[in-house]
Amino acid sequence: MKIACPWGVAYAYTGGRPWVQGQPTVLLIHGVLNDHSVWILQSRYLAHHGCNVLALDLPGHGRSGGHPCDSIQAYAAAMLQCLDAAGIAACAVAGHSMGSLIGLEMAAQAPTRITRLAMVATAYPMRVAPALLQAAQDDPPRAMAMVTTFSHSTLAPPPSALGPGTWTHGALDALMRRVLASNTEHNLFVEGFKACDSYQGAPEALAQVRCPVLLVLGTRDQMTPPKAAASIQAALPTAETVLVQAGHALMTEAPEATLRALHPWLLAS
Amino acid sequence: MAGAANPNFDTLALHAGAQPDPTTGARAVPLHLSTSFVFRSSDDAASLFNQERGGHVYSRISNPTNAVLEQRVAALEGACGALAFASGQATLHASITTLLGAGDHIVASRALYGGSHNLLHYTLPRFGIQTTFVDPNQPDAWRAALQPNTRLFFGETVGNPGNDVLDLETIGAMAHDAGLPLLVDATLTPPWLLQPMRYGADLVMHSATKFLSGHGTVIAGVVSDSGVFDWEASGKFPTLSEPYEGFHHMVFTEEATVGAFLLRARREALRDFGACLSPHSAWLVLQGLETLPLRMARHMSNTERVVEFLAAHPMVQRVGHPMLPDHPGHGLAKRLLPRGAGSVFSFDIRGSRAQGMALIEALQLFSHLANVGDARSLVIHPASTTHFRMSDADLAAAGIGAGTIRLSIGLEDPDDLIDDLKRALRAAEKAGTP
Repeated sequence: MKIACPWGVAYAYTGGRPWVQGQPTVLLIHGVLNDHSVWILQSRYLAHHGCNVLALDLPGHGRSGGHPCDSIQAYAAAMLQCLDAAGIAACAVAGHSMGSLIGLEMAAQAPTRITRLAMVATAYPMRVAPALLQAAQDDPPRAMAMVTTFSHSTLAPPPSALGPGTWTHGALDALMRRVLASNTEHNLFVEGFKACDSYQGAPEALAQVRCPVLLVLGTRDQMTPPKAAASIQAALPTAETVLVQAGHALMTEAPEATLRALHPWLLAS
Repeated sequence: MAGAANPNFDTLALHAGAQPDPTTGARAVPLHLSTSFVFRSSDDAASLFNQERGGHVYSRISNPTNAVLEQRVAALEGACGALAFASGQATLHASITTLLGAGDHIVASRALYGGSHNLLHYTLPRFGIQTTFVDPNQPDAWRAALQPNTRLFFGETVGNPGNDVLDLETIGAMAHDAGLPLLVDATLTPPWLLQPMRYGADLVMHSATKFLSGHGTVIAGVVSDSGVFDWEASGKFPTLSEPYEGFHHMVFTEEATVGAFLLRARREALRDFGACLSPHSAWLVLQGLETLPLRMARHMSNTERVVEFLAAHPMVQRVGHPMLPDHPGHGLAKRLLPRGAGSVFSFDIRGSRAQGMALIEALQLFSHLANVGDARSLVIHPASTTHFRMSDADLAAAGIGAGTIRLSIGLEDPDDLIDDLKRALRAAEKAGTP
């Protein structure tokens, strides 16, 4: 599905189902150097179980036009513009990693429009190790190898998005290469990391949030370990937390557990 | 960066895709001899069929034991995933038919395994897929063979049986410039020797019957996808980038930015052609993979000894192994295959065809049979067996003479192998004496 936004044409995967008027909408937001396809299984399940799904490629990423944003706040504004363009008054949001912070900012900027917020593999502050940031600048393949290692916790992932024979380490590495190559004007790796690393708006944003919040955290996550979400949990004492036995790549390493956490929670009224 | 979280090759060969069984604690990979898998609910059934969840439905499409094999091969190749089939031939057929249809064209190396040559030259044209065969050592020939309907470059990393070393970087770049993928058959160079995706291959297939299983006990094949080739940007692969009526109008390239090939191959080639691998065979290949690094090291050290012996023997006219400086692929092999260019090679004796047959008859440790990549050493006469359907001209073009003898060096004591060859060469010499 293509959506003409002020910043360019956005691509959204709809989970293999056409749009159904009157159904609730779930917006799925990916993280740094990823695209909509990290949500394949969750997208398809939600789309076939009562939701309209928009799994977007962020501006300047993959199939979407426009330029990458320079801050989490700007990404959130771009996502809200996308909802405007699609005529969506309100929706639930699930974001992974950087996408979780974008979702948080959306809920702060438009508290009446975001009905539920699931922050998957989240942290605040979301610092990026200087060595990783430098590698993303100087030697992206090396940085991708580092992220691939840090994102996984098992050598035996269960049947995943590309089928039972998926080697999730290789799939993530290939996806990052593809997304990096999708934008020749910007280093999406560095710019995404900088947007995460420099984000300081969470305290204000958390104070604005009015919707129910769910944290889905990987117990073996090295990128955003569960303890790194403590400040969010402290600011939102009513937020629910689900721990999943997985690393940072929750949706591919533990697709079933992640789905069980998100559905039907995202659809609850 | 190496370590438990990012293991090296030898560790992946043992651990990738497998963990202690969560139900029984079994440490070895369990063998799941079950045709089908119980649904937890009607919704579970529907969502598995509709690819909303990961899991197993029916063993023609996927099986837990096969999935371990697929993940392990993908890990060893540096791929995003893999798909196992009933044989190497089934793998090649499925790889081609996932991408091509009637009216499409392949540019292929002419130095191919006889079975691959049969499929491309005789069988696929009946279904509208034509192939132009080219000299793998002449990059310009690949370019010259391109047609508007060309959809695939195909070659062997080390061509059977002349041991032509494919210039993966050059041929891969040429394919990509034309918006095409490069599929390579790496059967003779398992990933311990060469990971072709590092040099430009997009799809890598193996007859797992050979070195991956390594013990001459099983027929199997597997193809891996690097996930790097952009099928949609190419615009030449509607099977992947346009809605597929046969599976809910799925557009595989939208569904999976990487891995579209694997999705379609599983959802169509396995589902409809049905050349699935038996879980028992997958389990046997896994046993072989666990010792692949150890076996390959021995295969290569034995090969080095045997090649040196043959190259120095007065009855031997030519030894066709890239480790020798006079082999046309020597330079490429040194760069792409620093651990060795495989343990399958051919040699010509000075003498008649009858003397060649006398040599084969006299061998005791080398088994005369139609296979390679066994733990045991093997020998065959290609012109009368694996390549017998080829004309003399095609044989010559592929570097095979009437007296060419092919060896597959096994894991025996190298002194014993050399002794066996020494005696057989003596018998061949006597057979030529009036």
